[in-house]
Amino acid sequence: MTFEAGARAALSDAQLRGALRHATTLFAEKRRAAMATAPDWEGARDRARAIKDETLLHLDRYLDQFTGNAERAGARTHWARDDAEACEIIGRIAEQRGARTIVKSKSMATEEIHLNAALARRGIEPIETDLGEYIIQLAGETPSHIVAPAIHKTRGQIAALFAEKLGIEPSDDAAALTAAARQALRRRFAEADLGISGVNFAVAETGTILILENEGNARLTTSVPRTHIALMGIEKVIPRFADLEVFLQLLPRSGTGQVLTAYQSLLTGVKQRPDDEGPEELHIVLLDAGRSRMLAAPVTRQALACIRCGACLNACPVYRQIGGHAYGSVYAGPIGAVLTPQLIGIERSAHLPYASSLCGACRDVCPVKIDIPALLLHLRGQVIEQRAGKSRFLERLAFRCYAAVMARPRVYEWTMRLARILRIVPPLPAWTKWRDLRPLAPRSFREEWRAGLRDEGVS
Amino acid sequence: MRVSLFVTCLADQIWPSAAIGAVRVLRRVGCSVEFDDRQTCCGQPAFNTGYRAEARALARRFIEIFEAAGADAIVSPSGSCTAMVHHYSDLFEDAAWRARAKAVAERTYELSTFLVNRLGVDDVGASFAGRLTWHDACHGLRDLGLKSEPRRLLRHVRGAELVELPNAESCCGFGGTFSVKHPEISVAMLDEKVEAIEAAGVDAVVSGDASCLMQIGGRLSRRGSSVRALHLADVLASTA
Repeated sequence: MTFEAGARAALSDAQLRGALRHATTLFAEKRRAAMATAPDWEGARDRARAIKDETLLHLDRYLDQFTGNAERAGARTHWARDDAEACEIIGRIAEQRGARTIVKSKSMATEEIHLNAALARRGIEPIETDLGEYIIQLAGETPSHIVAPAIHKTRGQIAALFAEKLGIEPSDDAAALTAAARQALRRRFAEADLGISGVNFAVAETGTILILENEGNARLTTSVPRTHIALMGIEKVIPRFADLEVFLQLLPRSGTGQVLTAYQSLLTGVKQRPDDEGPEELHIVLLDAGRSRMLAAPVTRQALACIRCGACLNACPVYRQIGGHAYGSVYAGPIGAVLTPQLIGIERSAHLPYASSLCGACRDVCPVKIDIPALLLHLRGQVIEQRAGKSRFLERLAFRCYAAVMARPRVYEWTMRLARILRIVPPLPAWTKWRDLRPLAPRSFREEWRAGLRDEGVS
Repeated sequence: MRVSLFVTCLADQIWPSAAIGAVRVLRRVGCSVEFDDRQTCCGQPAFNTGYRAEARALARRFIEIFEAAGADAIVSPSGSCTAMVHHYSDLFEDAAWRARAKAVAERTYELSTFLVNRLGVDDVGASFAGRLTWHDACHGLRDLGLKSEPRRLLRHVRGAELVELPNAESCCGFGGTFSVKHPEISVAMLDEKVEAIEAAGVDAVVSGDASCLMQIGGRLSRRGSSVRALHLADVLASTA
């Protein structure tokens, strides 16, 4: 489905728009309230960005330090150049352990590499255990939001889905629905051979990974099964343990409007004694998949500072109207529109940099101050320069004519005068179907200027 | 103070009252105003659509023309076009052009920021009878940081009452070519704005950019609303 078609479908879906408006407004309000509890919000944003910038400049060094320390604590680390390699590594580990059932906690990186489909091809059943992801998996859909994957669904739709798939009594009660999911999932945790998680932050100096969540499912995923595999983009590393202080202020507040998430799991290596908690085996898969390409220039590098809070989605007036699926990419919204072309190539996502009115609300809310509008403009420049996506023959011609006319003031003036005299109205059905088009003024400013404004009241 | 007017092509052709108003207000507060009619478009439509070569050529022209003016300040009745001039230096690799672009940008002001921040004027002696509301155009608000300036000026207009929209800072959905590339999304965004304006019970919605005003005004008139779309300079120039 094209972006246009997806957007049109979303705009005519009253339930979707209602759910989106409700959830994004709530997120924005909670975010503002939580922000106010931070001692120095602007200072925290600046510090976080400075840490990210410094890390990205020396990413090779910090990654080496991280993997070295993680291995010393008993983890195994694996490097994946792309989606296929990451799926191969994880699939092979799962097969070698004879895994039939895998529990998963929320991870956009696993979505990015399409891990569930790859596991299913090996006859392994992945079970999503985050409530939102579980809903999406039952519905056979993909997440439409980075932190709230089922944001596009109303409670009524979820009730109907659970009644159909879990065989429970239809109920509109959120607690009853959550209880039904919990009951179904508990069983799966007990039988799972392996757990797969994402990573929010990876601390270089200790080899620790940090996972934030609210449901306790990530803690179960990473501690109940004997083997835990964590998938992380290579940009998730931060230098020092103390750096978590600033990121833990920013991420929960920006993401869910919480001062802190209900759980913060700091995982370093494997359990040392039989009575310890935690897995016997920990594999950390480090995913490149286009990221190292983005390191080359400061303008593109900044998108790697993203901590996946989703605040830009909630703030984006385009996302708020159409939701995540219309974008047609794993990562939706403003950050998705700048990440996707850089990760998968601009040829396959040339529409995304244009899926924005460039209003800048995303930049205002970004906890690490990524200049998303500047990136969108940069990528638009690449689309035109590399002739990516559709042909744009008429658009190119129009802009060439525009530039030629605007470089010649006399031609500009006479073109406009002619349009005025002949009452030429540009054929813009895309405008006039919904909006009246303001006509050219009877006289242009420059004509008014020469006709007397220049000397008006001037002695 | 010698001011060189950066009229913008949109105000020149479609909303000349904004530029005429700007000239009269600037003169009223004691500025002398010049206008160089070699100026055309700042290049923003090309820049925002990805046509950087075309935008760069127009940026060079703009810089040459306004360097030659030698005025104390370049003032425009548009936050968006002013913001474009502030982006000019990003278009050039060449250090000399970057420096020239920065020097011109430093002297380029949107009308309300020039009046309030540069001249220290809150009251331009305007009068306008009616209930008004202010729409924060995105580039003025977020690229230039203008928020209090137009409101201060409007609060000093005799006879005018300023009311706030709950979504004053939300995008109206114009976004340049976005408005015709993705018209359905653009209008969905616009309708939230227009519904808030209608609910506010105002006589006019005022903004600092002719582009947003075309978008908002075009929808208001299509819906048969009696609310007018006015440029800030239209109101500030009014002495009726």
